[in-house]
Order: sequence, then structure tokens, then C-alpha cells
Amino acid sequence: MIRATIRRILPQLVILALVLGLNFAMFPGFFHLEMHNGRLFGNIIDVLNRGAPVALLSVGMTLVIATRGIDLSVGAVMAITGAVAASVVTEGGSWIMALLAALGAGALCGIWNGFLVAVLRIQPIVATLVLMVAGRGIAQLLTKGAILTFNDPGLIRLGGGTILSVPTPIWIWVTLAVVVGLVVRRTALGLLIEATGINERSARLAGINAKVLLIAVYLVTGLCAALAGIVVTGDIRGADANNAGLWMELDAILAVVIGGNSLLGGRFSITASLLGALIIQSVNSAILLSGMPVEFNLVIKAIIIIAILVIQSPRVKHSIYLLRASSGPVLARRAVAAKGAVGEDHP
Amino acid sequence: MRHSTRLPLYITIVTFFVAYAACIFQFPNMLSSRVVANLLTDNAFLGITAVGMTFVILSGGIDLSVGSVIAFTGVFLAVILRDTSIHPLAAFAIVLVITTVFGAAMGAIIYYLEMPPFIVTLAGMFLMRGLAYVLSTESVPITHEFYGWLQSLYWKAPGGGRFRITGLLMVLSFVAAAIALHRTRFGRNVYALGGSAQTAQLMGVPCARTTISIYAVSGGLAGLAGIVYSLYTSAGYSLATVGTELDAIAAVVIGGTLLSGGSGFVAGTFFGIMIMGLIQTYIVFDGTLSSWWTKIVIGGLLFTFIMLQKGLAWATTARIPRANVSAARS
Repeated sequence: MIRATIRRILPQLVILALVLGLNFAMFPGFFHLEMHNGRLFGNIIDVLNRGAPVALLSVGMTLVIATRGIDLSVGAVMAITGAVAASVVTEGGSWIMALLAALGAGALCGIWNGFLVAVLRIQPIVATLVLMVAGRGIAQLLTKGAILTFNDPGLIRLGGGTILSVPTPIWIWVTLAVVVGLVVRRTALGLLIEATGINERSARLAGINAKVLLIAVYLVTGLCAALAGIVVTGDIRGADANNAGLWMELDAILAVVIGGNSLLGGRFSITASLLGALIIQSVNSAILLSGMPVEFNLVIKAIIIIAILVIQSPRVKHSIYLLRASSGPVLARRAVAAKGAVGEDHP
Repeated sequence: MRHSTRLPLYITIVTFFVAYAACIFQFPNMLSSRVVANLLTDNAFLGITAVGMTFVILSGGIDLSVGSVIAFTGVFLAVILRDTSIHPLAAFAIVLVITTVFGAAMGAIIYYLEMPPFIVTLAGMFLMRGLAYVLSTESVPITHEFYGWLQSLYWKAPGGGRFRITGLLMVLSFVAAAIALHRTRFGRNVYALGGSAQTAQLMGVPCARTTISIYAVSGGLAGLAGIVYSLYTSAGYSLATVGTELDAIAAVVIGGTLLSGGSGFVAGTFFGIMIMGLIQTYIVFDGTLSSWWTKIVIGGLLFTFIMLQKGLAWATTARIPRANVSAARS
């Protein structure tokens, strides 16, 4: 079980190690940690902290993509939930009320997407495009086009504070990932999601309530987006309807794809997606630390991403496999023989 | 069957005229050649982009890179005209070649490496936006006299509307695309690929060539849109036209093209663009509505048109069994 998991996430671990190594080569103090005023400081903490929104989104996005769907609206949902949280606080509510209201708004957005996909049977990319286009407008409507700033210490702590000297966003995304990971892997839920993604019709015929499952998956994505929205809003101490979560959905989808999850649904690994999110953040940090002119950031990021994706593309994977098979025929034959032997032992 | 595939197109066209009539009813001034001319001029670059997007979406793909390509084209033209003494026409030719080759390269990656278009064009979007930053992070003005001359070319209609060359270019690209899609083998191949890539392959459609050509067309048209945009703003700015790809996709969907590919008309896209332009014009005329209502209304329209498509699809599939029964009886 554990060995299978490690084999599954090995490419992502290698890539992450390479990128972190690159960081270390350019900036030897990269792994250095320090305590200041009861807060841990260090570049590696920074990567984990700044990567929080994309990591949060990628948890939900992994599930949606596993069902053969996609959610383009998460960035807009972040803007909406941030605006909701900020307006609750500015109108005198406590931070717990703001948190609950934002989660409620995120859940509502998720249910709307799930309803369009599962009940009205609209293609996910189109269904979530509706909220992606309209959502930012709704968020601007809530903030009346201005940036809603606030001073509530509770809400600020969620985005910029610390718990046990570790920044709160890290706690939030690690906790969420562990909870969601346990729920989908310790129950049959993950299997049902994969079954729905591989073939929805046969999943339905096998007795899976695909409709409810799909709505639940989009609901979870909405909640993840709400948490990401709160983290971003708390961090900048204000709700910016125009820029909060802008293009974040693309980073989240990229994290899932770098995590080796197929956009065509089916088997998924939340751990690998989280590693994907950390890889993206480490690339960002490497570009910053390298001292290259900022103009080059996006080009370098694009080239690294293209390289990672090309290596992982089915065609290249297949040719690497063929290359290995042809260079080591004896080994391959031995492997086949070993497999056959195992098969005989356990018919 | 033919009837039902054309129905979304007719509904889009009727929607545009009904909406325009409603606008005129409220603001009689909107019935002027000025408004019509501005609709064409202001949406010229978006319209040309949407033509390319229609090709891509008809084939079942998606192109997220177009907004960045437009920005790159604008910055490239501005920088090359500032730093060299090259003639703008030559610069146009160079940039069109670059963007077309860029599109073709994305198409080749999509086809040969079997990667999803969504991800490939997403990386392309980052790359082109990044290249635009590398060329210049500031807005570069274009002051070539040829630009002034091109901008001074217009036909002044009765009523004061100025029909500019960019609007003409948009209409021409729609006409050319309609001819290419409905009267050439390439167009047939695009529809076949969108209907089902596997079937198309088995029927002998040259899938590699068609896929690469489709993305090359989209890239080239985005380059053309970039030229039009630089004529429109007389400058190149690397942060310009962020999110244009979404507007283009929305226009294509409102125009009645199925995002899953294989069904739709480029004429619908034209009216999709016009409807979106009309919403913006209405908001300007009204003066009290805030700009975010544009987004909400476009989102609502998207939803309405998708539901319409769904309703039609249900209606046609519901009719098929009955037709089979009657065929069996006879």
C-alpha cells in the first residue's frame, strides 16, 4: 500500500527535489529556519505558506478532475467568498460568522456548479465557465467595486497569523488535505469517484448514485475555494474582487496535471496534486531567488511547465517504456516471468 | 435534424435584433449609424479572435492562448517600429508568421504528444504573455505615420458613423471563415474532427494536418487581432487583453456553437460578439449601471444559451426513437 503510493508519487517527488535543489544551489540559505517573535521564518516555510491557496484549490480540483470534470470557477468563487467574509466583518460580525458565511457562499457556488453538471448534464467546462464569468461580477457587486479593507484580528490571523509558530495557512491546507485524503481513501468514496470518472454510465448501473456524488465533489471544491479565498483575504487584510484568485484556477489545474492526474478522469492522487502545487510554488521561488529580471518569470515558468508536461505526456511515457523494454530484454523477460509466477501463486 | 442544428443560430440572431429593438425603445439615440459603426470598430479585435476560436471549438478543442498572443503582437509591433526603421506592413507580415507558427506548434504538440488542448494552450498563454513582458513591461506608443494613415481611412455614413478599416477586416474574416468552413474540404474536416476524432481518423480525415492547421489559423487570427488592437489603441502593452480568450469563448457559445465540437456556425459567433457589444453599449448609454453588470449579464446569457442547446438536444434525442418506430412500421 505504502510502496504503491510512493511509486505513484515518485516522479513528482523527483521533480520537487530537483527544483528545491536548484533553489538551494542558487541560494545556499534556502533550507535555513529561524525563529523571530515566536514565528518560524525561512524560504521553505515561505514556499509552504505562499503555496497555500493553490494547494487548497488543488485538493478539490483533484476530485473534480477525477470525475472527468473541471472547475474553472474556483478563482471567481475565491473572490466571492473573500468579499462575503470582508463584508460580514465590516458590518460588525465576528470572524467565526465571517468564516461560516464564506464557507456557506462557497458551498452554494459548488452546489450550483454540481447542479449544472449532474442534474442539467452540462459539460463541466461550460457549466463552470458561467460562474467564472459572472462570479467576479457578483463579487464586485458585493464590494461595490472597491477594495473592502478590515481590521478584524481573527480574520487576519487566518491569512497572516501563526499557530504554534507555524503560519496558519499551512495548518489550514495540511489539515484539509489530511481530512479529505482520509475520507476518500479510508472509505469507498475515492473508489466511487474514480469509477464515476472512468465510466459514469457503468458506475450508475453498478449502483453508484453518481448524481449526488458529482454534486458533493463540486461542493467540496467550492468549500476549498472558500478556504483559499479567506486565506488570501486575511493575508492582504481586504477583499479585492478584481484580483483575488485571478487565474488561480489555471494554477490549480496545472498543479493537478503536474501531479500526474489525467484530465480524462479516473485514478487520482491528492498527495501528487499537492506536490504539484508545491512544485509550482518552488519554481516561482527559484525564479525570484535567481535574481533574473522579473520580466523573464513567466517565460521561464512556461518553459519549465512545458518540459514537465512533455515528460509526463502519454506518448513520451510510452516511448520511454519501449526504449527500456528494447534495451533490457532479459530484464523485461525476467519481469514477465516473475509476474507469471506471482499469478500462479495467487490465481 | 438539419433544422435543429440551425435553430440556435436563428435564436441568437433574433435575440440580437430583439435586444437592439428594446434598447432603441428605451434610448432612441441608439438607432444611429454611429452606434453600429462603434459596435464594429470596438469589437473588431475580439471578433477576429472569436473567428479563430470558432474553428478550434468546432474541432472539439480550446485555445486559451489568444489573449496573450494579442498582447504579444501589440508589444512586438510597438517595439519593432520604435527600434528599427522597418515598414509596418513588413512588421505585420513578420508577426503574422510568428503567431501562425506558434499556433501550429501548439497544434503539433496537441496531436503528436496526445496532450489535452486545455493544458497545452494554457502553457502557450504563459509563454506568449511572458515573451510580451520580456519585450517591454511598459506601454510603448506607436507613432508611425503609416498608422495614422490607416486610422484615417474610414467611410463616413449618413448619421456620422465612421466605418473603419478594422471593422471591415473583422467582417471580411467572418466571411472568409464561413467560406472555408462550409465550402472547402478543410472545413468539412474541422466538423468531422469535432464530431468524433476516432471516426474522422477511420474515415481518412488527415487528423494531424487538420489539427495543426486549426491551431495555426487560431494563432494567425489572434495575430491579426493583435494588429487590429494595436491600430485601435496606437500602443503595445504587455498587460493588455487579459482574459480576451474567455470573452471569445463566451461569444462562440452564445453564438450557438457546441463546446464539445462538431456543431455550430461562424455566423452565430458574429452575432454573439454583437450581443456582447450591445450589452456594453447599453451600459454606457444608461450611465447608472456599473461595469460589473456586464459580467453578470454575460454569465446569465451564457447560461441561457447553454440551456437552450440542452433543450434542443433533448428534443431531438426524444424524437429519434419515435422516428425509428415509424421507420420499422413502414
